[in-house]
Amino acid sequence: MVIVFGQKPSIIASAAVAGPLERKSVFYSYFDSVVEDERWNQATNEQGNVKMIQEACQILLNKTGLNRLDIDFFLAGDLVNQMTPTNFAAREIAASFIGLFSACATSVSSVIVACLLTELGASQYAIAGASSHHNAIERQFRYPIYYGSQKPATAQWTVTAAGFTLIGKHNPKNPSIVAATVGKVIDYGQKDPFHMGAAMAPAAYDTISRHLEKRKQQIKDYDLIMTGDLGKIGLQILKKMFAETGATREECNIFRDAGAEFYGEDPSFLAGASGSGCSASVYFSYVLQQLKSGRFKRVLLVATGSLHSPLTFQQGESIPCTAHAIEVTME
Amino acid sequence: MIFMDFLFAFIIGGLICAIGQVLMDVGKMTPGKTLSIMVVAGSIISGLGWYQPLIDLAGAGATIPITSFGHSLTQGAIAEAQKHGWVGVLTGMFEVTSSGISSAIVFGFIAALLFKSKGKVN
Amino acid sequence: MEQEKFDKIEQEITPRTPYVKNVLKAFFVGGLICTIGHAITYFYIIFFDFTEKTVGNPTVATMIFLSMLLTGFGLYQKLGQFAGAGSAVPVSGFGNAVISAAIEHRTEGFVLGVGGNMFKLAGSVILFGVTSAFVVALVKLILVSTGVIEW
Repeated sequence: MVIVFGQKPSIIASAAVAGPLERKSVFYSYFDSVVEDERWNQATNEQGNVKMIQEACQILLNKTGLNRLDIDFFLAGDLVNQMTPTNFAAREIAASFIGLFSACATSVSSVIVACLLTELGASQYAIAGASSHHNAIERQFRYPIYYGSQKPATAQWTVTAAGFTLIGKHNPKNPSIVAATVGKVIDYGQKDPFHMGAAMAPAAYDTISRHLEKRKQQIKDYDLIMTGDLGKIGLQILKKMFAETGATREECNIFRDAGAEFYGEDPSFLAGASGSGCSASVYFSYVLQQLKSGRFKRVLLVATGSLHSPLTFQQGESIPCTAHAIEVTME
Repeated sequence: MIFMDFLFAFIIGGLICAIGQVLMDVGKMTPGKTLSIMVVAGSIISGLGWYQPLIDLAGAGATIPITSFGHSLTQGAIAEAQKHGWVGVLTGMFEVTSSGISSAIVFGFIAALLFKSKGKVN
Repeated sequence: MEQEKFDKIEQEITPRTPYVKNVLKAFFVGGLICTIGHAITYFYIIFFDFTEKTVGNPTVATMIFLSMLLTGFGLYQKLGQFAGAGSAVPVSGFGNAVISAAIEHRTEGFVLGVGGNMFKLAGSVILFGVTSAFVVALVKLILVSTGVIEW
């Protein structure tokens, strides 16, 4: 389903916070804060995740000079069971809160909901975003951190990062969201949790092609189409899928992936980064700054998410995936 | 020859691990499944009486891989079965092999006291 | 896009598992760990009064102790990424499975966390080892008592 926002809600401000390992990220210089201790000086990883969300939201408020009482809605999610870090952070933020789970696509799905509320006139200022914490998620989805298992070249590294935006009424000085596509759940029967790029690529393909079709656009109408965390191999698959359906080489170069680029060419991160904080921290720092500086005029942000759990994997189920897209323009 | 002794430990130990790697890569198995299969294999080979010759040949090359865990459990059960018949099959199992499990438990507990897990890159 | 077309693209782009390289790495690291174990065996035989039959126990315990140090400093995980089965199959890998789970679940307390989760990875090895030993010993007992084979 493609939604066109007549009032073009704007991204008033954004904040990205990352963990110590994310110093190695190529987007490092765009982050607002990088912490020394990955637990944010808390006792547990999960509490560290809570702190990370709170810090990102605080930076967001500081940038705009707003008070937390000015915030109407807080819309966010993460990957920990029942999204407790976000729920607990919402306790401090004290705005009306809806927890959203679209796995790693939450960064965009939360912005879509915030835009709808703004469009409706219900929200003056809404915070939307997502976070992920490597240690908290790895132990839940895979193995204990210190367990010596061999990951294949297709595996991705869950980032410790958070990205949040403040969505408000249209303001020509800021990037605005003109349209969005809410993704369907796509399942091509992929089962390997160490090869999420292949599972998610069809979802990204579906969402992007439907968005372009309904908006009567072409790939080259965009300066950038950035997927969330397909990783190096997933991005290749996506490009190939578009190439097979008639996209030129030049058009394929418009496609980029936050996860594939996040850690640069460092081979120890295998196929690149993943996690809901991956797309959130890149979109809401690097991409928005490029829009503001005028380098990009129109971008499509397509956050991809795999909707499986360790339980469904063990029960032999395949990995259903989704992708949500927002079309962001700068006047 | 002490050199040959170590060489056999290296080769036999390495070969058992290589079999494990084949199970993981070609058989697309998780580490847990691979290790379970290797333990069962060790136990069956031991029941056929072929594991002890391997230990005589390779020493630690045969006792360090997880297959030897299956072997010692089986030998414990068989030894007690010889003495006490049916009941011994159940009671004898951990007679020989307690050290692996007990040290893993003790050191696991100590490690939980001492260490905190941190996200590191390979 | 049709399923078949996607499967073709997926298989074309996904890198092949480097079987030979992985097996060689497992062979060398696994062999090396066993050689270290063998040296420890000699150490216990020469400096303590262990015999070839009894030396297995202290060797295994020492290997697991070394595994604890490597696991605790986050090194066993790096070894595992390089060696695969080469570091998982030796008994130090069994130790790593128990110890990493114990460290990881420390935040849920010692009873429900460490106690409840210590064997969540290694438990299956014990289950299948014990069950299979039981069956093998039982079969052997039946065969002996029916006079097919001797002990």
